[in-house]
Amino acid sequence: MNYNWNWNIFFQPNPMGTGTYLDMLLSGLALTIKTALLAWIIALVFGSIIGVLRTLPSRAASWIGFAYVEFFRNMPLLVQLFLWFFVLPELLPRAAGLWLKQLPNAPFWTAAIGVGLFMSARVAVQLAAGVSSLPRGQKQAATALGLTTVQSYRYVLLPMAYRIILPPLTSEFLNTIKNTAVAITIGLLELTGQARAMQEFSFQVFEAFTAATVMYLLINIVVVTAMRFLERWVAISGYISGK
Amino acid sequence: MIEISHVDKWYGPNFQALKDCTTSVAKGEVVVVCGPSGSGKSTLIKCVNALEPIQGGEIILDGIKVNDPKTNLPKLRSRVGMVFQHFELFPHLKIIDNLCLAQEKVLNRSHDKAVEKGKALLERVGLTVHANKYPAELSGGQQQRVAIARALAMDPIAMLFDEPTSALDPEMISEVLDVMVDLARDGMTMMVVTHEMGFARKVAHRVIFMDQGEIVEDANKDDFFGKPRSERAQKFLSKILSH
Amino acid sequence: MFSTLDFDVIRRSWGYLFYEGMTFTLTLTALSALGGLIFGTLIALMRLSGYRLLGRIAGLYVDFMRSLPLVLVIFWFYFLVPYIGQWLTGASRPIRVGAFSSSLITFIMFEAAYFSEIMRAGIQSISRGQPAAASALGLTYAQSMRYVVLPQAFRNMLPVLLTQTIVLFQDTSLVYVLSITDFLGAASKVAQRDGRLVEMYLFAALVYFVISCVASYGVRRLQARISIVR
Repeated sequence: MNYNWNWNIFFQPNPMGTGTYLDMLLSGLALTIKTALLAWIIALVFGSIIGVLRTLPSRAASWIGFAYVEFFRNMPLLVQLFLWFFVLPELLPRAAGLWLKQLPNAPFWTAAIGVGLFMSARVAVQLAAGVSSLPRGQKQAATALGLTTVQSYRYVLLPMAYRIILPPLTSEFLNTIKNTAVAITIGLLELTGQARAMQEFSFQVFEAFTAATVMYLLINIVVVTAMRFLERWVAISGYISGK
Repeated sequence: MIEISHVDKWYGPNFQALKDCTTSVAKGEVVVVCGPSGSGKSTLIKCVNALEPIQGGEIILDGIKVNDPKTNLPKLRSRVGMVFQHFELFPHLKIIDNLCLAQEKVLNRSHDKAVEKGKALLERVGLTVHANKYPAELSGGQQQRVAIARALAMDPIAMLFDEPTSALDPEMISEVLDVMVDLARDGMTMMVVTHEMGFARKVAHRVIFMDQGEIVEDANKDDFFGKPRSERAQKFLSKILSH
Repeated sequence: MFSTLDFDVIRRSWGYLFYEGMTFTLTLTALSALGGLIFGTLIALMRLSGYRLLGRIAGLYVDFMRSLPLVLVIFWFYFLVPYIGQWLTGASRPIRVGAFSSSLITFIMFEAAYFSEIMRAGIQSISRGQPAAASALGLTYAQSMRYVVLPQAFRNMLPVLLTQTIVLFQDTSLVYVLSITDFLGAASKVAQRDGRLVEMYLFAALVYFVISCVASYGVRRLQARISIVR
């Protein structure tokens, strides 16, 4: 293979004047984490609301939940980001659209919100499955004690449901991190974007992508380990999930 | 105390679960409801605190119409204790917190007061030492006694029991029945769905026999066990008393 | 607002969008699903083979692929495949690989990791009595897999496999990062050329949405039918 390896490239200054190539990748890593965290918060909040709606007996509520999930699940994430980034500002009233377009860090906000909403549909599906996996008697027992529907969810159903779906939520969080890479298409210089930029400037393709790959693997290990701790921390003694 | 008159309940358009059911439970009275499985006895008792809606007739609880849309159901339910076949303790809460949740959230009692009340009731059912355990660490019989204590913590004016011993291993049935007998002797108003005819003989004032959604027999205990009038009740009794 | 929009641009570029773009997208989806399923099944068999080393290699491959963003994997293969080709053919320079072949290899390798997890779950869901009964009849391990276990695993997992294929169909849009003319790429090129971003992206979203909706409705129907038969 006649490829000129040069692992020292990481310590050479990048053409942007922001330090070395390694600094460039690290700033991408930081942006990936920042975007993913904000997106995850959005996904959890909206996903929880929609997930609960899907489990309510009301026809209207479950229809809204269904429509929301179908809307965000049946379009490629890339297309959704384009809709938020290129299309939405044009469809808004002139002033609002202009404000959106001139927003500093527009790619960052678009990516966080776009990925967040995309993931919220998947969180909703998981949460609804978690709630419906609980015995029907739990809701009845809470109701029989005089708890309102809101209280039943807040104190009885959701604490159990979140525990049950913690393992699938871990993979959804990892998916959120990976999906931020799609935002390269709207100009977000996250980790994959910086690796690509480094490749274009330095022509050291494989070093750039190897570094990014290692960083993604590290993120995965950290998240999986952290979630294991969380799982153990919230585990209920004597209770075996799925029982 | 509980007035049930001409109650009809449908599951879908084709299946009538309750047909023109009329009966009542007076203050301080213990009424046992029995009948073959699928006879509608659990459904009837769940209609009393509106866990199941009814389509015809009316149910009046302590002077308040249950099936009136204007009725504040959580408030009404908090005044009637209910014990379920599968206990339905909240698995993520310690025993003492299971007893406190509704006291604090529905009756707005202070935490200290709720704990005090909870501990007194745990002592009454003989489970004081388990206050800080989780439900899954207790046996079925112990869990059901906790469930009774949880219902009593709300200072109910009446108690509903939905097959409280049928999910228990045989050796645990008596510990739960003992608690119920004590309760009956203290003058609690009770409506009990059960197959435990020994319990019925000991403390019931009246026995209701149901079959195919109808109240077939509604008699004083001695009359019921002495000579049931209907053939169906006779058959049922001979089946469950024959061994 | 809508008065300034020109949806006629869709009609004018219809052939380019569908005959070129959508054909690319659908072909890539179908071939990737097929290849991903074949390789995925092989990986699943490796993991369940009982040979420690084989199982570990397969497991590492799956975990590795599933840790990486698809976009990064697309870049990796785009640059790597020419070198691998050179190494395989002994050519003196990295060989030229077309956009389609490069994407196809990427998606097969990437999806194999995901399909293998589905097939693994499917194989594990078959009761142990089945391979036992097959061996009792004198079938070899390979025969019992081929004729008894895999057909059942495949049938049980068909709805999940199809759902994953719908995800794959949407994911193929990511070849956009290589400026390839798939459906979204075609829409995007028209959008840039004619300055009709709003119209073209709305239309692309609608097309993806309708196809995915119809497909997932079909999967739900299939699932309902399978669960009745069981």
